[in-house]
Amino acid sequence: MNSIITYLKELFGGIKTLLKGMMVTGYYFVHPRSIITQQYPENRKTLQMFDRFKGQVSMPHDENNLHKCTACNICEINCPNGSIEVISKQVEKADGKTKKELDTYIYKLSMCTFCGLCIKVCPQDAIVFTPEFEHAVFNQDKLIKTLNKPGSSLKEKVKEPINII
Amino acid sequence: MEDLFIISDAIQEEEYIINMGPQHPSTHGVLRFKVSLKGETVLGVEPHCGYIHRGIEKMCERLTYQQVIHLTDRLDYLSAHINNEAVCLLVENALQIEVPERVKYIRTILSELSRLASHQLWWCAFGMDLGALTTYFYGLRDREPILDIFEETTGARLLQSFNCPGGLMNDIHPNFIKRVKDYIVYFRKKLPEYDELLTGNVILQERTNDIGFLTLEDAISYGVTGPSGRASGFACDVRKHHPYSAYDKVEFKEILFDKGDTFHRYKARVEEMWESLKIIEQLIDNIPEGDFVVKMKPIIRLPEGEYYQRVEACRGEFGVYVLSTGDKYPYRVKFRSPNFSNLSAINLLSAGHKIADLVAISGSLDLVIPDIDR
Repeated sequence: MNSIITYLKELFGGIKTLLKGMMVTGYYFVHPRSIITQQYPENRKTLQMFDRFKGQVSMPHDENNLHKCTACNICEINCPNGSIEVISKQVEKADGKTKKELDTYIYKLSMCTFCGLCIKVCPQDAIVFTPEFEHAVFNQDKLIKTLNKPGSSLKEKVKEPINII
Repeated sequence: MEDLFIISDAIQEEEYIINMGPQHPSTHGVLRFKVSLKGETVLGVEPHCGYIHRGIEKMCERLTYQQVIHLTDRLDYLSAHINNEAVCLLVENALQIEVPERVKYIRTILSELSRLASHQLWWCAFGMDLGALTTYFYGLRDREPILDIFEETTGARLLQSFNCPGGLMNDIHPNFIKRVKDYIVYFRKKLPEYDELLTGNVILQERTNDIGFLTLEDAISYGVTGPSGRASGFACDVRKHHPYSAYDKVEFKEILFDKGDTFHRYKARVEEMWESLKIIEQLIDNIPEGDFVVKMKPIIRLPEGEYYQRVEACRGEFGVYVLSTGDKYPYRVKFRSPNFSNLSAINLLSAGHKIADLVAISGSLDLVIPDIDR
């Protein structure tokens, strides 16, 4: 007789705990207003990422197609994965002097770990993180990007980089 | 027909070995258990790790101290911020740099938010391991605002790399304080739901109570730290006993239990969420003004010698050992990862129990596999 009472006690006690859990789920069943799911592909037009989101490294250009990069290579030295390659060229100026200028700024997105060191060390603030996050492509070659736009050149009155390394 | 019974008796008698993993949903990663069974009873568990070994310690020998930090994210990805902090504290202590109070406060708040997010993810995954899929959605619902806070301030949801030697990469976002305050109010309301949904549940009680006992002696000799060790009564909280950052300025309780079974390891983590909330609450109003970073030399060279720094990560004591020869690269880096030590006790915990209990036991240890293999 005693064992039956214990059995029934355990049975109804167990059912009670299950019902307690069901109360919580039942509450959200009748209160569907607290939905936090974002309908992602549908809301692409209105989707706002946070300003600081580390999507990818990019080089801002102004309206005259001028960038701030002096090809000082500090970002390339500081990158832990070798995902940045700065190729520079010697350009002859009007006064006869030759000057180092940026030729191609290669950024390999597939190797980047988004540690932010390149942006932190850049003395000219020539590169920034932009919040694009849709990086899926069909061909891996498309992840090797050239950041400086074709025909772009250095913005004047940029002070020479302090040689720290 | 009689022959069939004889064969099945023979199977009952002899030892039977099966593999659990490397691809198994309840190991939460590529971990392989070689389980010896007798019938349904576990005789012994032999963990085989190395499926996600990346050689991070070796990679660190060719990186400067600033660059090492982003690799520590990839150890225990759920306590990424805390791992970063360990390396930064090591460099700062070695060079005897005093960071501003503001940095200490922000670091502590972010660490505790990481701990909350990590325990929430553990809670929902533990429920799912035991067959309660509902918990997964509740845990992730509460984790999402924390990830938003991280994303707004640090720029990344999981692998933040927000610390640098001497301070932080950036100042906190203007919305940070308001968001964290709102979150505390929100989560204080939601945390009792965790107990209603899962803690009192009869199925969880039956499957976790009196299973996988870890005594205090075993916890100390195996080096089981964190909530798993504290459930056995091992007072090992680094935040309490060797305070770093702003932990000496806050009041909080070290959660200790004596019993050391699976249910108390569960309970220790749920209780720790309340304590984390308390810590954040005490700090969020008093963030002092000041700089967010100390100006450091561009090339950091640690003086010759050995250095060790430990912090309390979400799963236990995380330690960084650096042997420096005075160069800009560390000569040798060793990470003392909490999960590796916690995993070593799994044979002891699960021997004699049923194979279904092995899932509950490994879930209660809260293993993160990249931290084991490094």
